[in-house]
Amino acid sequence: MKMMSGAAMVVQTLNDLGVKHVFGYPGGAVLDIYDALFAQDEVKHVLVRHEQAAAHMADGYARATGITGTVLVTSGPGATNTLTGIATAYMDSIPMVILSGQVPSQHIGEDAFQETDMVGCSRPIVKHSFLVKRAVDIPKAIAQAYYIANSGRPGPVVVDLPKDIVNVAETHPYEFPSDVTMRSYKPVTKGNNKQIRKAINAMIEAKRPVLYVGGGAIAAQAEGEVTELAEKLGCPVTCTLMGLGAFSGVHEQFIGMLGMHGTVEANKTMHNSDCIIALGARFDDRVTNNVEKFCPNANIIHVDIDPASISKTVNAHIPVVGSVEVVVKEFLEELANEDLSKQTEKQADWWEQINAWRAQKCLSYNQDTQVIKPQKVIESLYKHTNGEAYVSSDVGQHQMFAALYYPFAKPRRWINSGGLGTMGFGLPAAMGVQFAHPEATSVVVTGDGSIQMNIQELSTCLQYNLPIKIISLNNRALGMVRQWQDMIYKGRHSHSYMDSMPDFVKLAEAYGHVGIKVDSLDELDDAMARCFAEKERLVFMDIAVDQNEHVYPMQIKYGAMDEMRLSKTERT
Amino acid sequence: MKRIISVLMENAPGALSRIVGLFSQRGFNIDSLNVSDTDDPSLSRLTIATVADDKVNEQIIKQMNKLIDVLKVTDLTESAHVERELMLVKVVANSEATRSEIIRNVDIFRAKVLDVDATNYTLELTGAKEKLDAFIATLSHNATIIESARTGICGLARGERALTAK
Repeated sequence: MKMMSGAAMVVQTLNDLGVKHVFGYPGGAVLDIYDALFAQDEVKHVLVRHEQAAAHMADGYARATGITGTVLVTSGPGATNTLTGIATAYMDSIPMVILSGQVPSQHIGEDAFQETDMVGCSRPIVKHSFLVKRAVDIPKAIAQAYYIANSGRPGPVVVDLPKDIVNVAETHPYEFPSDVTMRSYKPVTKGNNKQIRKAINAMIEAKRPVLYVGGGAIAAQAEGEVTELAEKLGCPVTCTLMGLGAFSGVHEQFIGMLGMHGTVEANKTMHNSDCIIALGARFDDRVTNNVEKFCPNANIIHVDIDPASISKTVNAHIPVVGSVEVVVKEFLEELANEDLSKQTEKQADWWEQINAWRAQKCLSYNQDTQVIKPQKVIESLYKHTNGEAYVSSDVGQHQMFAALYYPFAKPRRWINSGGLGTMGFGLPAAMGVQFAHPEATSVVVTGDGSIQMNIQELSTCLQYNLPIKIISLNNRALGMVRQWQDMIYKGRHSHSYMDSMPDFVKLAEAYGHVGIKVDSLDELDDAMARCFAEKERLVFMDIAVDQNEHVYPMQIKYGAMDEMRLSKTERT
Repeated sequence: MKRIISVLMENAPGALSRIVGLFSQRGFNIDSLNVSDTDDPSLSRLTIATVADDKVNEQIIKQMNKLIDVLKVTDLTESAHVERELMLVKVVANSEATRSEIIRNVDIFRAKVLDVDATNYTLELTGAKEKLDAFIATLSHNATIIESARTGICGLARGERALTAK
């Protein structure tokens, strides 16, 4: 058996697991691990400028690929700085492993320098965590962490490594674990046959069915199965914010995103449906609006890998626990024996109704103005990237505009913090995407508020030559906060604007990148073309957009799903 | 509605804090919590008494099942079961009259006197929660209670049903 130090074991285990990239930042408790990293070049380390960004990069990397993202940080502040990133990944079920240094075992509990109880701090926002106590346990703990992170409902796993066990001066026998299964962890993938039969009967009988597709379909790589099911049933399909791309946004059966800022046709279709087929979606409050008024006539089939997500907020009539990919395959096998020739005829009235809702064109906006509308910018972005970019987003109005005006034809192209709503996520996430797909176009849609929450990573972008394109919708305000203040607080803009905005073009240039400022509508198209012509360099587009624009449609608080404001003056 | 939930989990460091953390994080109640290792020292068994409606109870069980360290969870209140709690109570026993009154209560409730000194008695009683409550109520009419400690409910299903690692 090969003898090596605990630090070398950490790196060797990562290598044996096929880990290609680690996002991290060195410090006292992990210096031994950094020394071991230095001695090899299979596992590439990316030096960030702030540990929160390391977690978001690993997250973006995982979202764009399905491969578990890896973070390496030191104890104390290094570890606590990752917490927002861990919580972001946890809320959106993203596979991630966080290796955190810890003070030497004998000092744990003494309030030692840079000591924090990382296992305790992260406990409510991780799928699981390990505090490794012996060097020989390192390979198994890390291998189990990756297994847990990327099986069942994925999520982040913390591995806390006290400094004494990774000491480079002591060697131990290294053995890569042949078996990582655990008696207490057996994720279900296959659906229950009886439940599947019930679900099939309900779908076939339905006159007004709808597929409601969430992030679980992307996690399960089930886009093919979902599309086949949708086409077999001939029914409308809506995706959640997390599910965009699981079903093509340019497919004729797609009726847009649903929920708080969903389209009229998606929310009305849901509300009037007699059979909702939920695939890897969790009936989150940003979808359901008031649960008491939620889709009163629908028979709800809920497929989810996490039993705790079923009937948590909305009661499911036909729960099916299992992976979306496996369960939908089982649906398709059952449907192969069914006569589906009457489906189109049966849904004729339903589609007529849906097309009438579509004809309201809820996403239309005022084109008769010289002010740059944020929607226009996203449409221009779509045109200049042929709809094929990886679009990472920050959080706020720009996020909703991107989700609504950039239809994603493929999964894993839309990278956003849906559950936690983390401002500052976009830029580092886009960097993670670029590391995963060096040849692809990686775009960040952001705003003047969000971009400043992790702007230091522009320095990392230069170090690794990441030619990211930053599309900043600069409205000189925290747009979504301002929108709510306009609507609910009589326009009292309490702390939602910043009157000391930096010169973003100069800022980009100071970091060694290209900055382009766009102030008028007639410059937009040319500027966008110049931006994407810069293949080798990062371009920061500082685009002055309409400060007074709101995101519509928007559900009305405490209402049913389909009760929406359509503009500043109209409602459904 | 009152529930008694039994949990079988790995006897691993931090496992208990994950359970307790889950309850506070999700706003579930804990009325009592009893935990110890089992006949298999690699496993711990917890008994949690809580008050929850059907929907919350379903979430409690599902969320606990999601914890990686947890092997099995069952709601004992769903079917026939036995439950017991142990209580120690120290009372002032400084006169002949109080002492004999206390002993009478001990006999009636089939409690035990564990420790005696010049001014107080320490009593032990095992039973269902209601019996322990009744003992405390009766005792407090006749004697001054100094302190008491209760283990919280622990329980097993009746008959062949059992919570095991297999």
